[in-house]
Amino acid sequence: MDGYYAWMIVATALVLMMTTPALALFYGGMSRSKSVLNMMMMSYVALAVVGIVFVLWGWSMGWGADGLGNSNGKLFANPFTMWALKGVSHGNYIFVLFQLTFAAITAALISGSIADRVKLSSWVTFVIGWVTLAYFPIAHNVWGGGWLYTHFPNLDYAGGTVVHINAGIAGGVLALIIGKRVGWPKEPMRPHNLTLTMIGAGLLWFGWFGFNVGSIVFTSDSLKDPAKFSTQFYGETGVTFMNTSLATMAALLGWLLVERILHGKATSLGAASGIVAGLVAITPSCGAVNTLGAIIIGALAGMVCAVAVGMKFKLGLDDSLDVVGVHLVGGILGALAIGFLGTDKSPQGVDGLFGKMNGLFYGGDLTLLAHQAMGVLFTIVVSGVVTLVLGLAIKYTMGWRVTDEEEVEGIDFAQHGETAYDLHTPTGGFGGSSPLASAVAKEGVSA
Amino acid sequence: MKLVTAVIKPHKWEEVREALETFGVTGMTVSEVSGYGRQKGHTEVYRGAEYDIALVPKIRIEIVVDENDVADVTDIVVKAAQTGRIGDGKVWVSSVDSVIRVRTGERDEAAI
Repeated sequence: MDGYYAWMIVATALVLMMTTPALALFYGGMSRSKSVLNMMMMSYVALAVVGIVFVLWGWSMGWGADGLGNSNGKLFANPFTMWALKGVSHGNYIFVLFQLTFAAITAALISGSIADRVKLSSWVTFVIGWVTLAYFPIAHNVWGGGWLYTHFPNLDYAGGTVVHINAGIAGGVLALIIGKRVGWPKEPMRPHNLTLTMIGAGLLWFGWFGFNVGSIVFTSDSLKDPAKFSTQFYGETGVTFMNTSLATMAALLGWLLVERILHGKATSLGAASGIVAGLVAITPSCGAVNTLGAIIIGALAGMVCAVAVGMKFKLGLDDSLDVVGVHLVGGILGALAIGFLGTDKSPQGVDGLFGKMNGLFYGGDLTLLAHQAMGVLFTIVVSGVVTLVLGLAIKYTMGWRVTDEEEVEGIDFAQHGETAYDLHTPTGGFGGSSPLASAVAKEGVSA
Repeated sequence: MKLVTAVIKPHKWEEVREALETFGVTGMTVSEVSGYGRQKGHTEVYRGAEYDIALVPKIRIEIVVDENDVADVTDIVVKAAQTGRIGDGKVWVSSVDSVIRVRTGERDEAAI
C-alpha cells in the first residue's frame, strides 16, 4: 500500500499544477494582453481561497468521514462535524489534499466565462459561497454517500459531473448575470498569446494523469487483502492512464478535423481546445470503458465541442473562454457516453456500483444511461440554482463589474495596479492594444 | 527641401534601406505602424469565430531630401518595395519649410 500513498502524493501535486499554473496559462493566453494578469489571478486566488475553506468546512460537508465518505443519504452533510479536519487521521490528509485540489480547479474553471470584467473582491466572495453551496454538496451527493449516491448511484470516475458540468453550468449562468464585455461581440477580442495557451493545455494534459489515474477507489475486498489491493491498483491505473491518453489524442484530432472542414485551417487554439475537451469527456468515463470506447469518446468530444463553442454567438452569451462549450458540453458527453459504451470488462464494471454493468452497446439495458442522466440533471439543477441566487445576490450588493472605463483601459491596471508586458522598445515596437499604437496607426491612414 | 514618406510592407524594409543607402541617403526615421488601404486588413479565425483584423503592420520611412533628389529617391523606394500585390503601400512627398541640425545649428540644405 506504500506505493499507493506515494503515488497519491505525486497525483495531488499534479492536480495542484493544473490550477497553478496550467489553467492560468491556458486561460491567460486566450485573454487580451490588458487583462491577462487578472485572468491568471482568478485561478491563483481561487486555489488559495478554496484550499483554506476546504479544510475548515469543505471536507466535512463533502465527505464528512475519516475515510471515503459519510453515507448519510442526505443532500447535505454537517459542515461542523469535522471542522478544520477534526477527527481526520493524519494519513488521510493526503486524500483530503487530493480532493482539495479538485475543488480548487473547479472554482478556477468558472473564471473563464467572466474574463476581463470582474472585481477580484466579488470573485473571492463568489468562490467561497459557491464551493460551499454547490461544490461540496454535489461532491457529497455523487461521491460522498449523499442522497443521489444512495438513490441514483452513477459513475463519475474523476469528476465529469462534480467538476466539469458543475463549473460549466456555473460559468454559463454567471456570464448571463454579469453580462457582456464592452464591445463584445463587435470588437475583435482575439487571444493575445497562444503560446501560453499551448503550454497551459500541455500542462493540463500532464496534470490530468494525476486527476484521473489518482481517482482510483478500492473495493472492500481489495482493502482487506493486500494481494487483491495490488492487483486492482496496477490493473485499474493501467486502464485509466491508457484511456486518458487515447481520448485526448482522439479529441485533438477530432477538433482539428472539424476546423479544417468548417473553416479551412487546423489551428493551434483548436489543438489546445481539443486536448481539454477530450480530457473533460474521459474524466467521468476513464474507468468504465475500454480502449476503443475511449477513442470514440475523445473523438466525439473534440468534434462536438468544436461546434458547440460557436453557440455563444447565437445566444449572445459572452462566455468569454468557452467554459460552457468545452466543460459543460464535454462533461455531459462523457457522463452520458458511459450509458452506451460502459462495459463490465472495465475496472468499474467488475465491481462497480451496479455489480455487472453494461452500456447499451454492450448488451445492457437503459438502467446505466438513466442513472448517468440523473447525475447530469442533478448537477445542472443544483449548480445552476446556487449560481443564479449567489450571482444575483452579489450583483445587487457589492456589484460584479469594474467600470466601463477601467475595463476598456485594462482590468490589470484597474484591479492590480500592474500591466503584464513592457513591449515599448526604443525603435517603437508598440504593444498591440496600446493607445499609442492606435494613435500612430491613425496618422498613417492614407497608406 | 521635401519630406518623402513611405509606408511599405515590413518584409521589404531591408531591400528599401539597402537601395537608399546605395544611392547615398545618409539617414532616415523609421517606425513600426499599423493601418490599412484597399486590402482592408485580413480575417483570422479563433475557435470558429471570425475576426476582421482591420489594421495590418507596416513600416513607415521618413526622409528629408533635397528638391533635386526627390524623383530618384521616390523611384528607388517604389522599385524596392514593389511586389505587385495588393497592400504594397504608398509613397508621398510634402514640402518642408526649414530643417535644423541639432548638433551644429546648421540650417536647411546644409542640414540635410
